[in-house]
Amino acid sequence: MSILVIAEHDNSSLKQATLSVIAAAKVIGGNIDVLVAGENVAAIAEAAAKADGVNKVMVADNAVYGHFLGENLSQLIVELAEGYTHILAAAGSTGKDTMPRVAALLDVAQISDIIRVEAPDTFVRPIYAGNAIATIKSSDSVKVITVRPTGFDPVAAEGGSASVEQLDVVKDAGLSTFVSEQKAKSDRPDLASAGIVVSGGRGMQNGENFKMLEQIADLMGAAVGASRAAVDAGFVPNDMQVGQTGKIVAPQLYIAVGISGAIQHLAGMSDSKVIVAINKDEEAPIFQVADYGLVADLFEAIPKLEEELKKA
Amino acid sequence: MKVLVAVKRVVDYNVKVRVKPDNSGVDLANVKMAMNPFCEIAVEEAVRLKEKGVVNEIVVVSIGPKACQEQIRTALALGADRGIHIETDAEIQSLQVAKLLKAVADKEQPNLVILGKQAIDSDNNQTGQMLAALAGMSQGTFASEIVIDGDKVNVTREVDGGMMTVSLTLPAVVTTDLRLNEPRYASLPNIMKAKKKPLESISPADLGVDVTPRLTIVKVEAPASRQAGIKVADVAELVNKLKNEAKVI
Ligand SMILES: Cc1cc2nc3c(=O)[nH]c(=O)nc-3n(C[C@H](O)[C@H](O)[C@H](O)COP(=O)(O)OP(=O)(O)OC[C@H]3O[C@@H](n4cnc5c(N)ncnc54)[C@H](O)[C@@H]3O)c2cc1C
Repeated sequence: MSILVIAEHDNSSLKQATLSVIAAAKVIGGNIDVLVAGENVAAIAEAAAKADGVNKVMVADNAVYGHFLGENLSQLIVELAEGYTHILAAAGSTGKDTMPRVAALLDVAQISDIIRVEAPDTFVRPIYAGNAIATIKSSDSVKVITVRPTGFDPVAAEGGSASVEQLDVVKDAGLSTFVSEQKAKSDRPDLASAGIVVSGGRGMQNGENFKMLEQIADLMGAAVGASRAAVDAGFVPNDMQVGQTGKIVAPQLYIAVGISGAIQHLAGMSDSKVIVAINKDEEAPIFQVADYGLVADLFEAIPKLEEELKKA
Repeated sequence: MKVLVAVKRVVDYNVKVRVKPDNSGVDLANVKMAMNPFCEIAVEEAVRLKEKGVVNEIVVVSIGPKACQEQIRTALALGADRGIHIETDAEIQSLQVAKLLKAVADKEQPNLVILGKQAIDSDNNQTGQMLAALAGMSQGTFASEIVIDGDKVNVTREVDGGMMTVSLTLPAVVTTDLRLNEPRYASLPNIMKAKKKPLESISPADLGVDVTPRLTIVKVEAPASRQAGIKVADVAELVNKLKNEAKVI
């Protein structure tokens, strides 16, 4: 078997999710190559070459890939696809955008968000917001897959010594162009891979109050997340949404503050190791999944939590 | 311009589904069904474009059993003009859905196709991108804003880290995210009017599409369930437990 892993990065660093995708590739078994497509990505290619288990890194460094437009990336991947039995990417916004397009161009099905590999043609993935877990077998010659990073412990970032090959393949589909972006800058850890996540819901009442959560997050080195209700209300940016249709997280510690625990929210965080819920309604469904529940008004509990954490 | 909107009949988002005892799938008998929430957002967006005078015809299409006509009628009541039902009782997977929609798009020649970014049953997030690939169209996935600008459409997308705006050449495929709009409810008079709007029923064979699935479901299981833990009395006890029992801080 021969596996092509599409590196996830932002033109400045290799995302940890890529290491989880390589881990999934290792379970499938066989030769593992990595494609780094982007703009000014030499350092990322070097980082990918050091990851454990990688044979070869291919680099497509060109402005046409700089914004990860699915129309262009999919053509590049299809061009490279021959000889590979599996093509894998992280189930982040780039992978979700590009991989179905790759699959359709290859006339194969795509398998989304796998959390386990049972066999080289059989994979496990959640459906119905995680209320059911399906085992799926593919009869296609090439398996095009997105991997849920929380399902696979990342391989070591150091220790490998893959060869690096520069590609001279420039695919511009000419269908779309980048206009602008607004990226939230934050010094906090990446939500998707943080060891601790503190999330706020509608109970936070406004964006200003999220500062309270940021303060406790900073004391613990945590990322800050949110429920859909908090995002919809404009308290925080959209990319902080945790859940079925937002980010999937599985940190060591997840603290849900003023979040009721709708199934769509639970779908994004119920694989966390330890869950804490702070909610004033003792009937809130979030308590059914919480290891430690505190029935309290968050506006009293959070300042106290900050005090306690400062003592430490 | 003309917009094609695809809608899927799925289990209502409030329903917590159960796995069948024989692990063949989830139990959908006597479960409330509805239009996929992301598809509602797609219909709403098309209707708003029509209200702005940018769009003059909205064609809505759904694939599945007879009962899907309910969801098509809902879309018609919300403001779509005409419905196409591709009737089949077989399980149709994303690639085959995309091929069926491609066949419809070939016939209808829409300038814009709007779909939900994902269906809340299969949670695949694939169909729009596959349709765009098959039809050679541009794609604006996870849209939170759509602005038509001559022969282009500017789509603002919800991506990791924030938002990205892209300019797409029409015809284009757009998939909706949650923040694109807040769908309206159909009014009673409009529900009545929708009953008279044209709804054509065809089969996958009429479109010449092979819908044989490529993926087999081996089994469907219930997720590992989490046990509720304990209630702590106060913040001091919480911090103590996290430090000394769970050892996570
Ligand atoms: C298609 C679709 C996709 C969705 N995807 C997602 C998703 O990805 N992620 C997601 O999160 N949701 C998602 N949802 C929405 C989901 O169904 C819920 O509506 C949402 O999660 C509720 O957010 P919440 O818990 O913050 O708000 P609410 O349900 O309103 O809960 C607020 C909670 O705060 C508590 N509270 C209020 N004030 C205080 C206080 N002072 N102190 C302590 N507690 C307080 C209340 O007791 C309550 O339990 C989706 C819905 C749909 C239809």
